[in-house]
Amino acid sequence: MTPPMNDIIRRSAAAQAAALNAGEVSSEELTRAHLDRISAVDGDLNAFLHVDQDAALATARDIDSRRADGEELHALAGVPIAVKDVVVTEGQPTTAGSKILEGWIPPYDATLVTALREAGLPILGKTNMDEFAMGSSTETSAYGPTRNPWDRDRIPGGSGGGSAAAVGSYEAPLAIGTDTGGSIRQPGAVTGTVGVKPTYGSVSRYGLIAMASSLDQAGPVTRTVEDSALLHELIAGHDPHDSTSLTDPVGSFAAAARSKDVKGLRVGVIEELEGEGFAPEVSARFTESLEQLERAGAEIVRVSCPNFRYALGAYYLIMPSEASSNLAKFDGMRFGLRVIPEDHPTAENVMKATRGAGFGDEVKRRILLGTYALSAGYFDAYYGSAQKVRTLVQRDFAAAFEQVDVLASPTSPTVAFRLGEKVDDPMAMYMNDIATIPANLAGTPGISIPSGLAEDGLPAGIQFLAPARADERLYRVGGALEALLEDSWGGPLLAKAPELTSGAK
Amino acid sequence: MCLMPSIGRDDVARLADLARIQLTDEEIDRFAGEFDSIMDAVASVSEVATEDVPATSHPIAMTNVFREDVVENTLTQEQALAGAPDAQDGRFAVPQILGEE
Repeated sequence: MTPPMNDIIRRSAAAQAAALNAGEVSSEELTRAHLDRISAVDGDLNAFLHVDQDAALATARDIDSRRADGEELHALAGVPIAVKDVVVTEGQPTTAGSKILEGWIPPYDATLVTALREAGLPILGKTNMDEFAMGSSTETSAYGPTRNPWDRDRIPGGSGGGSAAAVGSYEAPLAIGTDTGGSIRQPGAVTGTVGVKPTYGSVSRYGLIAMASSLDQAGPVTRTVEDSALLHELIAGHDPHDSTSLTDPVGSFAAAARSKDVKGLRVGVIEELEGEGFAPEVSARFTESLEQLERAGAEIVRVSCPNFRYALGAYYLIMPSEASSNLAKFDGMRFGLRVIPEDHPTAENVMKATRGAGFGDEVKRRILLGTYALSAGYFDAYYGSAQKVRTLVQRDFAAAFEQVDVLASPTSPTVAFRLGEKVDDPMAMYMNDIATIPANLAGTPGISIPSGLAEDGLPAGIQFLAPARADERLYRVGGALEALLEDSWGGPLLAKAPELTSGAK
Repeated sequence: MCLMPSIGRDDVARLADLARIQLTDEEIDRFAGEFDSIMDAVASVSEVATEDVPATSHPIAMTNVFREDVVENTLTQEQALAGAPDAQDGRFAVPQILGEE
């Protein structure tokens, strides 16, 4: 007997894949169930900017018929996925949350999208995000904010709030995110979901609309650690189209996630990322999580990373500097919006009018700050100094990883704040990324998993960081802690989220 | 640590000109009111950025990533022009480059 679809879409991606393999459900049914869920709740959530029902169902039917023919398929074949709208998809609109790309249909697929298509994952659509991934709340999207499934008046985090809200509300079992300063991990923390920023270069950046090329990294957004591991294995690997792509073999992430063994694992608590600025209940859930690990045989050690206090400053110099250069290509000449001013429509004036009309406030703010930081006379003091801080942050990580196997901190200093609460205060918004930014500066991997309910009954996250190329350790500790916490909660944290009873599109 | 000059309306207007972004007067006022506090908050980097610290531009050190010099699949002319605001004779059509003088 077929179980109700409402039940199947709440299972993990791994369990949905098992149901497909067992013939319990077809990919077409599974994909349609997720499309139905999107229709039922996304009018409220606004997690999706574009839903491609026909393409998703066509992929699903193709996988069903290949499975019926006995073809050997990828473990996740037929399990639907949502893709952040900063990743280009051939034939499907890609806006990066900006008016300047409204209606643009990319002529090629990102390498990670090619991997998804080859593995036969139906792509449900493209998820909402802060414009060009610039933000921590999804409020800078030109297409309206995404709402948090736990409380529709709260932010879902950002920039990847759409991907996190989609998996958190059972609209999709899997999603792709990108993380430049925390855009996968912080939305995970505030929506009670799992997100991984892989080692820089683990997943190809080819086809990601770049914000800051030396910081950007795509990764998995899921409800379980094992699902992140499976998705990471699928999208990782060397890509000759990305010169910064690592040539290392892809690790056994899923096996690490399933091992559930932390005996002897040394976990370092970063002294600079606790106390002041971190909400009391967020900190309490963090401490309880560490106690769980300790009881399971891990060793908890305190470590100091003194230069992390300069990381936020370095990040808000390097990121706008790189963004000001990367976003120069949006000039109204070859693709995207073109605005022709009435007076003197020279190429230069068309560019200015196009960028003035096409970019939102935060994008303009960062381009101008980057232009300033790179300008003659200030370059050494700002960009040059920030690059030196980057070295110091890397040295802090190196020293810490001589003492411990992984580092830990709360992912985000607070639970989800209210929509509009920080939108007029750029520095307050930037502080959300205080714990996540060091990993981007150093290229090291990080995972956020739910640590429990904190202030106002809303989810908080715990973050683990590992040395570059040691992503496996994140899955090992993340999978183990997830199992320990779910035992103590009597099930996944998301089961405590309120039912979404309205919000049809 | 060097003291940075404050960023006024004229500076914001000049930066916007350099970055080819047309701003309204209201936007110029707003950004001019914000940038000093943002730059003050990030300027702390110079406290520890001493001369003996080398700069890092890239998180994972790599040098000279080359590939074989062979022709690969690229976009067709039609694909490349598909998203263009204006095209003519298989090329991007752009506004006049120089002013009228």
